[in-house]
Amino acid sequence: MPEITHLPLASLLTEPVGVAHYVIVGAILFTCGVLCMATKRNALGVLMGIELVLNGANLNFIAFGSSVLRNDANSLGLDGQLIALFVIVLAAAEAAVALAIVLNFYNNYNSVDVDRAELLQG
Amino acid sequence: MIAWLLPLASFVLILFFGKRMGSHGRYAGHVATGAIVTSAVLSFVALFGSWLPNHQLPEQAHHDTDHNSHPEENSHSDEAADHARANNQLPVQQVALALAADEHQAPQVEKPYYYGDWYTWAQFGTLDKPDKLKLTIGYYIDALTVLMFCMVGLIASCVHIYAMGYMHDELHDFTDPEVTLSNGSKLKRPGRYYRFFQYLSLFCFSMFGVVIAGNLAMIFVFWELVGICSYFLIGFYIERKSASNAANKAFIVNRVGDFGMLIGLMALWCSLGTFAFGDKQDDHGAVVRTEAGQIAEPGLFSQLRSQQNDYQLRPTESVIAEQTRIAPKLGAESSEPANTAGQWLLLVAGVGIFCGCVGKSAQFPLHVWLPDAMEGPTPVSALVHSATMVAAGVYLVGRFFPVFTPEVLLVIAYTGCITLLLAATIAITATDIKRVLAYSTVSQLGYMMLSLGLGGWVAGLFHLITHACFKGLLFLCSGSVIHGVHTNDMTEMGGLRKKMPVTAYTMLVGCLAIIGAGLPVVGIGLSGYYSKDAIIELAWHYAILNPTHSILKWAPIIGALITAFYMFRLWYMTFAGQPRNQQRYDHAHESPRVMTGPLVLLAILAISVGWTLPWGNLSVNGLLEQARPDGTLEASHGALLADLQIPNEHHSHAQAIKVPAGWAAFSTAAAGLLLATIIYLWRLLNPAEIRQAFPFRQLHSLLWNKWWFDELYWAVFVAPAMFLARQIARFDLGVLDWILHSMAALCRSGARLVGGFFDATVVDGTVDTFASGTWSLGLWLRKIQTGSLRQYVVFIVVATVLMFVVITRVQVYVASG
Repeated sequence: MPEITHLPLASLLTEPVGVAHYVIVGAILFTCGVLCMATKRNALGVLMGIELVLNGANLNFIAFGSSVLRNDANSLGLDGQLIALFVIVLAAAEAAVALAIVLNFYNNYNSVDVDRAELLQG
Repeated sequence: MIAWLLPLASFVLILFFGKRMGSHGRYAGHVATGAIVTSAVLSFVALFGSWLPNHQLPEQAHHDTDHNSHPEENSHSDEAADHARANNQLPVQQVALALAADEHQAPQVEKPYYYGDWYTWAQFGTLDKPDKLKLTIGYYIDALTVLMFCMVGLIASCVHIYAMGYMHDELHDFTDPEVTLSNGSKLKRPGRYYRFFQYLSLFCFSMFGVVIAGNLAMIFVFWELVGICSYFLIGFYIERKSASNAANKAFIVNRVGDFGMLIGLMALWCSLGTFAFGDKQDDHGAVVRTEAGQIAEPGLFSQLRSQQNDYQLRPTESVIAEQTRIAPKLGAESSEPANTAGQWLLLVAGVGIFCGCVGKSAQFPLHVWLPDAMEGPTPVSALVHSATMVAAGVYLVGRFFPVFTPEVLLVIAYTGCITLLLAATIAITATDIKRVLAYSTVSQLGYMMLSLGLGGWVAGLFHLITHACFKGLLFLCSGSVIHGVHTNDMTEMGGLRKKMPVTAYTMLVGCLAIIGAGLPVVGIGLSGYYSKDAIIELAWHYAILNPTHSILKWAPIIGALITAFYMFRLWYMTFAGQPRNQQRYDHAHESPRVMTGPLVLLAILAISVGWTLPWGNLSVNGLLEQARPDGTLEASHGALLADLQIPNEHHSHAQAIKVPAGWAAFSTAAAGLLLATIIYLWRLLNPAEIRQAFPFRQLHSLLWNKWWFDELYWAVFVAPAMFLARQIARFDLGVLDWILHSMAALCRSGARLVGGFFDATVVDGTVDTFASGTWSLGLWLRKIQTGSLRQYVVFIVVATVLMFVVITRVQVYVASG
């Protein structure tokens, strides 16, 4: 392993797990989610990508809500997790709405192919 | 003053309301006639009611053979006493005279006059003397004014009444037989009855204005007004080319005379400093005098004939000064012998004023407009061109008599002499009844001018008054004939005596009056007899005093012969003998009473105007004597022409002169009458044969063509003027219009250039570029909106990341800076 220590984030491999690790994982999830949203043809695939994005954001919240960054003696240290819970609920509600939209779309076009929704093309 | 302004009111009324007064303005005639009759009545009231009782007429000194003058001295002293008593209430001019006690010389009567200004309408001058040139509306009333007012008012009233009948054609739509339209039919137009009376009223107003005028400027204003009224009235039938040409001719010829009048006017003002006729009078009418006893503001007459000089015409200091001032500029010597100093300026002034009269009264050489003026309706000819407007010229000469030097009077006399012979000869050959009367008018005006030029102030103005009466009568009779027969041409008339008796016999009275019929020994005659005899006596006397000018004696005598000839030729051709055109004869009818009434009235006047009524010594002659300007009764000598003598007018009534002159006049008139009777009534000689025989053929051709005056004037004045006008018009159209058109074309091409190039490419280009730029930008931006959901997602993400980066960078930058 001394060959890869010149890489910028290589020190992350040897340190104990901290905020940076969480943020990076969250970023990877976010990127995967965006990729999925951008490339999937199926509308449901796009919805899955949205979930991924939201989950990556959740990890971010948890990372920044941890006691490493907050030195508040009176709190429970669960702020990050609380927000993540909110976000999960919101994600669920938003997924319901999105599914309703997809259902309507299917009723009109008899397909869930996203490329078919190009009525707003300029 | 009311009498003067009434016709003006009538004119204004008819001007605005004429169309609505009855059908085609029937009542306009009544308005105008009412106005003028009231004016006439007022003037007679003024004459009989206030003038005569206040200013008694002297006894007739003329026609008595022997005036050793005891009765007159007594009466004169009585008058003086009367005046002295009445002096407290009445204004009279103080005239103190010392005359040689000559038994033939009647005592100079006092000349009362009223002079004043009503209204000053302009004043020009320097700071210290602001009224150097004062233009006013003023009056100068003496016996002559009152007399002229009465005469004009009376004749105008007769003419108005007559015109109400004559112009009845204009009450309905009128078909003019002399105007042919381009499609060959005769012109049909609505009647213009009211307009005729409108112009007549304006004319009466202007004529009254001329008569009553108190200063030269006012006379000039009303002179021009009368001229323009004459223009309107002559050109009343505006659609006839002949009428409009005649009206133009009248006005332009008048204007030529007025040019001379302006020169005279200016000369008088520059040298004497005032336009006014009379001396300034205060409220009581007495002449305002300075403490030294001099007249404070003397008028024209007082300056030139002042009391110190026994009222002889002497140029004042100012006149002499003016002449010496301008003489070097004209190349003349500035020093002259004392007795001719200032005379040239007075000569110029006098001839200038006389030029105006030459134009207005149709003397040679400006006589050409009067015969053509017969294109107007006959009442116009009767009023304007026989009795009043042409009389305005003679009136002015009479008014200005004190200003004219004997040389000027000589010029006037010769002009009158030439005119009377010229016109009388042309009248022999004319066949249009109104032309004959027009030339007769010109000839009689020549008589009046001749008499005034010979020094006969009373005789000339007396002839004016009598002429007004009988010429008005003659014209109205001819109008009656024309109305009955519907033609002007005498060669189509004849034998109308039986059909139109009233007209025929009143015209006979007029003819006898104009030739001066009367009995010489007994001394009774028609009105023309008195006035014509006075003129011939005067001419006789003048020729005795100035043998070099004897032609001035023979001219009126020969003129009397010719006058008698052509007047009776007219009467015989119209009323006697066999009808030449049976159709016209059958149609002829007597005129209605509204037209024959004035004829009878004027006939009575023509007979009686010369008489002296026994009560109050009332006569026209006496009134004129009262108005005679001071100092004109004396015999005077010319200054530039040293041997010229103007006789004393009363001297010419001596028996030694009166008898031969009277017989000469009577015999020539009788000879003319006899000749006319031979040729036209008894048909002993045939005029057609005479015309062919030598030398009468050339003579007849000369006379028939009016001595070729119209052609001469056309060639000398009109043709060059029109040529010049055409050339100038060519210049105007060719050069000036070319400049304008090319400038316009230049503007147009410039506009096209600017518009085409600049506007189209630059301005439009900019706008178009903007538009297309925006369009392409829009099109380009459109590409972003693909409608593809996946791409939108990518955009969102990328944009968010970029935003984050930018904000952190900016934050860092701001924090570090």
